[in-house]
Amino acid sequence: MIRRPRTLAAAALALVSLLAACGGDDGATQAGGKITIYSGRSEELIGTLIAQFEAETGIDAEVKYGSTSEMAALILEEGTGSPADVFWAQDAGALGAVQAKGLFVELPDGILDRVPDAFRSRQGNWVGVSGRVRVIAYNPDLVQTSQLPRSVDELTGAAWKGNVGWAPSNGSFQLFVTAFCKIRGEDAARTWLQAMKTNGAKTYANNDAIVAAVAAGEIPLGLVNHYYAFEVLAENPDAKVKDHFLPGGDLGGLVNVSGVGILKTADNRDAVRRFIDYLLSPAGQAYFVSETYEYPLAGEVQPDSRLPKLADLEPPTVDLSDLGDLEGTLALLQEVGLL
Amino acid sequence: MATRVDAAAALAERSVRRRSAGFSRPPPKAVAAGAVVVALVVLLPTVYIIVRASEGGAHDFISTLADGTAVALLLRTMALAAAVTAGALVIGVPLAWLTTRTDLPGRRVFAVLTALPLVIPTYVGGYAFVAALGPRGLAQGLLAPLGVERLPEIYGFFGAWLVLTLFTYPYVLLTVRAAVRRLDPALEEAGRALGRTDGETFRRIVLPQLRPAATAGGLLVALYTIHDFGAVSLLRYDTFTRSIYVSYQGSFDRSRAAVLSLVLVALTIVVIALESRIRGRAAYFRSHASAPRQPRVRPLGRKRWPAFAACSALVSVALLLPLSVISYWMIQSARQGAGIGRTLSAALNSVEASSLGAVLAVAAAWPIAVMTVRFPGRLARATERASYTGYALPGLVVALSLVFFGIRAAPALYQTLVLLVFAYIVLFIPQAEGPLRASLLQLNPALEEASHSLGAGRYRTMGRIVLPLIRPGIAAGIALVFLTAMKELPATLLLAPTGFRTLATEVWSATSASYFDRAALPALAIVLASSIPLAVLMFRERETR
Repeated sequence: MIRRPRTLAAAALALVSLLAACGGDDGATQAGGKITIYSGRSEELIGTLIAQFEAETGIDAEVKYGSTSEMAALILEEGTGSPADVFWAQDAGALGAVQAKGLFVELPDGILDRVPDAFRSRQGNWVGVSGRVRVIAYNPDLVQTSQLPRSVDELTGAAWKGNVGWAPSNGSFQLFVTAFCKIRGEDAARTWLQAMKTNGAKTYANNDAIVAAVAAGEIPLGLVNHYYAFEVLAENPDAKVKDHFLPGGDLGGLVNVSGVGILKTADNRDAVRRFIDYLLSPAGQAYFVSETYEYPLAGEVQPDSRLPKLADLEPPTVDLSDLGDLEGTLALLQEVGLL
Repeated sequence: MATRVDAAAALAERSVRRRSAGFSRPPPKAVAAGAVVVALVVLLPTVYIIVRASEGGAHDFISTLADGTAVALLLRTMALAAAVTAGALVIGVPLAWLTTRTDLPGRRVFAVLTALPLVIPTYVGGYAFVAALGPRGLAQGLLAPLGVERLPEIYGFFGAWLVLTLFTYPYVLLTVRAAVRRLDPALEEAGRALGRTDGETFRRIVLPQLRPAATAGGLLVALYTIHDFGAVSLLRYDTFTRSIYVSYQGSFDRSRAAVLSLVLVALTIVVIALESRIRGRAAYFRSHASAPRQPRVRPLGRKRWPAFAACSALVSVALLLPLSVISYWMIQSARQGAGIGRTLSAALNSVEASSLGAVLAVAAAWPIAVMTVRFPGRLARATERASYTGYALPGLVVALSLVFFGIRAAPALYQTLVLLVFAYIVLFIPQAEGPLRASLLQLNPALEEASHSLGAGRYRTMGRIVLPLIRPGIAAGIALVFLTAMKELPATLLLAPTGFRTLATEVWSATSASYFDRAALPALAIVLASSIPLAVLMFRERETR
């Protein structure tokens, strides 16, 4: 009978020593090339690219994965004690938030120059590495090409009542609303959001859910980024979903980026620089084309053949660095009752 | 004659209720100090959100709260928590009885199967329900030949309620079942011998004895609902937690999130106060030290097969449906999923972190449970309430608070397993406290007094009398924390050492990129890796009663 407490005590002792061992081995520092990346993009999307980079350069890249907002919150909370060297975000807004707190270093010209002005920070703190375009995803069985709206303004009309999916909690959507406010003013944005709501726009958790609902025929249209339809089509080539790129500089055709910045806490800046170099190299850019169906932003690499060329798109004219007022957008979305 | 029998029956009923399990002497210093230290540790996230909330200044504070949406969110959150708790109690309490004390066909199989929905994370279960029961989901596909064009919307209150109820009722089931196993059948038999029917005996003798366990389980469900993000975001029902996440997502606005989190802490304290009122001060132990007789199996009679059908239906919806959807993802897989080796190493990581968290959470819960049961008073109440505050906060907020303190106070431990295990303790200690408290309440303090008076010291008494007798409670506590930690996501993502993959992060990684086929293997592994300890626990429970 007396055995049990002793087993318990032994187990407790083993636990304590295990904990101590786990805590201890952190102090070991690796010689030379090792970088720590905080990634707002999932491992499923970029894990292979990271492995390619490691094989190519011999640099050891440790990656912490999470959602972009979680990683941004983590970096802001860690501040000057952050173990991270690089932040790779899914959208320009998160990069802007980290930049606003002064946690990024200024990027060298050799990096910034390789990407068009429109896709990098005006202050030179972050650079876009892949492009994503806002589109209307539609179900070709439910909507004829000729019926497709030419502007997001048409979506508030009776023809689309209860027929549009959107994701107000999604970062890309919020960036679109921020651009709306920037270009046409907050009142116009509020009016549009309210009209959409009155018109029965259906709220989804994220873009994937919208595209899945479109493909399933639950709704004919959805406001999403361009590559979600391609992911669904890669799974199932017969899936009923297509992208519609809005013409004429319409707000619904905003081009956003996933981008990277170097944190002031980076202690191995040479290795970090080589990482960004690699992302912008032909190999890195080609990866985005074939694996994530995004637009390449640097060099001569061409996008997926089913996509219109970047130069042929007609996005609204707005500087991504000016789209930092997510707080205002959030307040607006809350005011309209969408969050 | 009848009146005398009734009076005797009433006496039997009263004897299960009116006794206090407390000692009148003050608590030993070690126990009191332990409880205070644990309570302070669990309060760290609250300290953090006060720091962050005050950054915004009084104006921000008031404008966030005075805004009509905050009040609406509060009401919506409370409505959902109340409905889910009610649903979980309605399922969990009878089920605990059915699977332990009756001749339900397949009782032992059901005992395991009905507890298993607990191991399905709400963010997987939520996806499964949407995929299966969405307006154009798998079920609609099956019904299409019958002319069903679309199913009714499951989004909103109903869907969130359904998913949360089905995946949280095992908290009630497991806590109550531990109590059922320790019931003294003599009381029921007295009730029956004195002319009470089975139904009356259950209502008037059994149920009151199960009340502390039922309210403890209900509390876990209510607070789980308050802090859950997975189900409410997938099923599109706005709660406080969802709004807090949106604050981070939309604006990286930590002070608004903090103000909202403070409201959650306040709400938690209200819920706990409510629970302790319902729980009351009564204790439920045998007054004599002899071992209880093996309880008789209660025949269900004509209700046997309806009960079987109800249990089968429950298992189909709460367990088979999500598992089928996961299997469907696996079969549909166009790509090769993550390798088995990789899933295995993630499974080992998950088991390591979760089992450390579970054992240490039970150890941390011990002084608080002892204080609450044996030395009730202001200090006991304060430490107990404080220990629940981490559990009701969204995992993201708790994680950020530990980042805040970890990086300042213990940089050497930052992003090591230690901090992650620490987070699990802060987050899940109430799950360990509930079963510990319930089994302590069933332990007659006279046994400890006797041991003391016979010359045994405090530790000897604990090792030889208390621990062996409350082992079901310890085991249940370890199991509950382990199962919940296995599926924990936000704290694991933020606090785990960089590159430390767990099953939950693997599932998240795949589903966040919508690669459900790749999520299938780690999701099944969570279910599998969690089922084994659960099955072992239940097997041992039976063996050692």
